[in-house]
Amino acid sequence: MGFLKNTRNVIRSINQKYARPHMKMTRRVRFSLGLLRGYLLFLVAIMVYKFIVIALHG
Amino acid sequence: MNIFAKLYYRYKKFLKVIRLYLLIAGPGIIVMVADNDAGGITTYTVTGAKYSFHLIWFLILLGPVAYYVQEMTVRLGAVTKRGHAEAIFHSFGAFWGWFSLLDLVLVDWLTMITEFVGMTAALSIFGVPVIVTVIISWIIMATMVLQGRYWTWEKLALVFCGLNLIYIPAALMINPPVSKILHGSFIPQLPPGGFTNDLFFLLMANIGTTIAPWMVFFQQSAVVDKGMQEKDMLWGKIDTALGSLLTVVVAAGCVILTATLLPGQDISDAATAASRFMGINKYLGAFLAIGLFDAGFLGAICISLASSWAFGEVFGWAHSLNNKLREAPWFYAYYFFDLALAGTVVLIPRAPLVLITLFVQVIAVTLLPAALVFLILLLNDEETMGVYKNTGFQNFANVGIVAMIILVSTLYGVSALFPNMLH
Repeated sequence: MGFLKNTRNVIRSINQKYARPHMKMTRRVRFSLGLLRGYLLFLVAIMVYKFIVIALHG
Repeated sequence: MNIFAKLYYRYKKFLKVIRLYLLIAGPGIIVMVADNDAGGITTYTVTGAKYSFHLIWFLILLGPVAYYVQEMTVRLGAVTKRGHAEAIFHSFGAFWGWFSLLDLVLVDWLTMITEFVGMTAALSIFGVPVIVTVIISWIIMATMVLQGRYWTWEKLALVFCGLNLIYIPAALMINPPVSKILHGSFIPQLPPGGFTNDLFFLLMANIGTTIAPWMVFFQQSAVVDKGMQEKDMLWGKIDTALGSLLTVVVAAGCVILTATLLPGQDISDAATAASRFMGINKYLGAFLAIGLFDAGFLGAICISLASSWAFGEVFGWAHSLNNKLREAPWFYAYYFFDLALAGTVVLIPRAPLVLITLFVQVIAVTLLPAALVFLILLLNDEETMGVYKNTGFQNFANVGIVAMIILVSTLYGVSALFPNMLH
């Protein structure tokens, strides 16, 4: 239990330490990160679809 | 100064340059040679058996591709003194940082399982039981890092890199048709049958095995752990270039072996090729088996270190190979545990190893584009890189190559999920 609490505190401190991105968020950077998010969502969607197909049809 | 004095001066200067290079050499050669891991060797042997010498030119083209990607990590590591995981957290925030870190851990662990599969398959040719291979490999991997000096670990890794070149004497032993090799190496061509779906899949597999996400994290962290500075970047680039040359030579060696001795034969992996070679010439079979074991071994130690370094950077543990075990307990604990867990999966009877190989291909697709996009963005950030930020030409080359890799690796991952898509 102590270990879990410690880990949670460590993760919280990491999140606080890196809460603010240091990269200058220019339009190009924002666009690239937005594109990356969309791309990853697409990949997750097709993986979930494949998983459902396998689960339903074996 | 007479001519002998001039020659002697040049010779001493040349020796000094070589000694300086040998001081810096390491991360680039290790990451590139380790890139020819168990999965890579399998891909190349299958390529040679299926398409003979026709695709060697394609492998040669992948050398510069690998160089341009890995060269970015040298610059980023030397300037920022941060590993890639920490750099992502620092510049892009916690969300992207956790995504990259956790994805890296998963992809790396799955890939390490495939390395152990390669190692155990290789030594089983000599009758070594799987459990013995796993235990002995783990002991050697643990011993390599326990002496508490990055320098020693690096030199030991370079010895294993040297062993990986065993495919070259093996290829020379079989008197391959030189004219066909030269033709296949320097004249871009398609194999008989033209551009088929199977060819497309194999080309994508070759690209996918050339650039793996762990390579980006490994080399950047290794550059930092080695203590490379901005002034060492040129040597780091030369190291990386030499590594990419070696990776192409080994890949070509594998292709030449199976193209010469097993043309047209249906081979599913490198261990099968090694078994068939045993029937032709036991030394040849032994060379290929040793090479496959070495490939898996190198891959496993580098991939595990990539994850260990990444975790240490983010969690703030001591995370250098220059730390002794008691100075960096969590760093080493992660390294040992990661390797042990991957090795244990191979010991499970009827473990779904084919499914795991498929997972690796698919999940790597989620991490590789992100890692490469972050690399490019960081290298263009003036606050991060200062005078070392990307030039126009570097952006042109890097962005073009990264875009191509993302497109191909996506197609590869999607086609792995939906195999009928290409038919």
